[in-house]
Amino acid sequence: MTDGGATVADEAPRRPQGESSLALRMARVFLENRLASIGGILIVVISLFCFAGPLFYHTNQVAGNLLNVNLPPGPGHPLGTDGVGYDVLGRLMAGGQSSLEIGVAVGVVSTMAGAAWGAISGYLGGIPDAIMMRIVDTILAIPAIFLFIYLATIVRPNVWLLIAVLSALSWLGPARLVRGEALSLRSREYAQAVAVMGGSRIRVVVRHIIPNAIGTIVVNATFQIADAILVLATLSFLGFGLPPPAPTWGGMLANGTQYLADGYWWQIYPAGILIVVTVVAFNFIGDALRDALDVRLQRR
Amino acid sequence: MIHYLARRIGQAIIVTLGVSVIAFAMQHMVPGNLARAIIGTHATASQIAAFRHSFGLDKPIWVQYWVFLRHLAVGNLGFSYRLNRSVDSILAIDIPKDILLVGLSLFLAVIIAVPVGIAQATRRNQLLDYSATAVSFTLYSMPSFWLGLILVGWLADSAHLFPPEAPQGATIGAVLSQPRALVLPVATLTLVNFALFSRYMRSSAIDALAQDYIRTARAKGLSERAVLFGHLLRNSLAPIATLVGLSIPSILTAGLVTEYVFNYPGTGLAFFNAATQDDYPVELGITVLVALATVVGNLLADIAYAALDPRVRYD
Repeated sequence: MTDGGATVADEAPRRPQGESSLALRMARVFLENRLASIGGILIVVISLFCFAGPLFYHTNQVAGNLLNVNLPPGPGHPLGTDGVGYDVLGRLMAGGQSSLEIGVAVGVVSTMAGAAWGAISGYLGGIPDAIMMRIVDTILAIPAIFLFIYLATIVRPNVWLLIAVLSALSWLGPARLVRGEALSLRSREYAQAVAVMGGSRIRVVVRHIIPNAIGTIVVNATFQIADAILVLATLSFLGFGLPPPAPTWGGMLANGTQYLADGYWWQIYPAGILIVVTVVAFNFIGDALRDALDVRLQRR
Repeated sequence: MIHYLARRIGQAIIVTLGVSVIAFAMQHMVPGNLARAIIGTHATASQIAAFRHSFGLDKPIWVQYWVFLRHLAVGNLGFSYRLNRSVDSILAIDIPKDILLVGLSLFLAVIIAVPVGIAQATRRNQLLDYSATAVSFTLYSMPSFWLGLILVGWLADSAHLFPPEAPQGATIGAVLSQPRALVLPVATLTLVNFALFSRYMRSSAIDALAQDYIRTARAKGLSERAVLFGHLLRNSLAPIATLVGLSIPSILTAGLVTEYVFNYPGTGLAFFNAATQDDYPVELGITVLVALATVVGNLLADIAYAALDPRVRYD
């Protein structure tokens, strides 16, 4: 996967490490790497579609219209209507908002929390490390979807709760990755020098370990967003996401499923394709960044 | 090797205990109290007190945990008040069907992903490599339920090749007696797992191809076939063994979704049904079971890795 479009970046002359800042290196990735550019453009287009689209294309996504049920694409409804009369195109826009908001929030929160946990665990080493990592292993042992569904039967989901719960179960991967980095970083001379000079442990973690693991962290955040969008769609599809009438891509597919045999393709394909394209776009960026930042890591 | 095994098994036991704590905590997170959740909103105070007493819910929390742990140790996963059956008896019927669905898909996925990955590595950056990468990337980014829906739409509703629903029946014999109905759920899960494995298989084979022993094997004049099957295959399989072990949560998640989409009568569907009916004991029992499968899977993966790559044992 990593070599598909990365050849452009590979052929570019390798610059010595540390010559430019992370932001500059990332900017260069987007300019030089074809897949990253495509991913970046796709995300901009999808974001505009979801957030700016409703400003120009007005639909009612709260009250259904039972006189306009399951209309095929045509004048007034470019992508038809669904089983309760919502305009599908407008609902795609509105549904994308929650997907992107929750996905990005979960990606950022879970990666930051996981990075902090992993950096501290790896830096401390020994018994604290063993305890902290067994906690990660324990939560990791229970597949998240089972916990989500269990929690969803106890509390009624809303956007903030979904962000909190998805993040609470997604920080484990980044924690493991960053711990691995921290284990090797803490034995470097500059980390030891801080300790010799009387610098606190917190200073080593915040000023030296996390900045040096930032490549791993940024790449992981991108993949986390992609994963969060998929999990969210699955939860909504199973009926444990945001309750109706909140629009979600997964929820649209759940409703469209009943009409699968009727051939109402506009209720099955557009939402699914949007999910795939969004996830592919974030994965493209993650893969390109990983190649460019030369992070030696295995995904998850 | 023995030291390594002992350490890994010790870790697995700690994680299992951790899982039991989480499961126990989940049981106590049920809103209101468990007694009311189970015997209903019209129960009187004395009925609730009687229920709490008979199930030991009035005992101190650590005593309750100890009882929970003892039951767990002998495989007693609780009792479903909704279905009026023990959770073990439900699982005993459903697990063989899961092993069939998940095991068969896993087997097929590995059988396909390994040669495809090796072919991609040996023909790197050629048409075959790009096509296989595009396919696995798309599958990987696709919600598994949507993949299942598309297959139903194409192969069942339009082409009428296979039934849209999974085989129905309580026993594994009943499921096996309808092989045509088994095709779509197995195909869905196989594709999902293939996408998971093929990208690793490719990079694992590429890494192995760059090693000195491959150059040595070629330099001493072995045929390409002997190099690929004698040297490359075994060495690039080791990471896959770990990957399969570590992927058990993803595989079981995809299994749950596939069972839901196709109405396949396994534990995933039982879990879903329990969740929609607030059948907490079944939900918890299945969660514990799935977590145990994950712990055991990770342990077996590490042992398999150590067996395939002796260097690991001396870490």
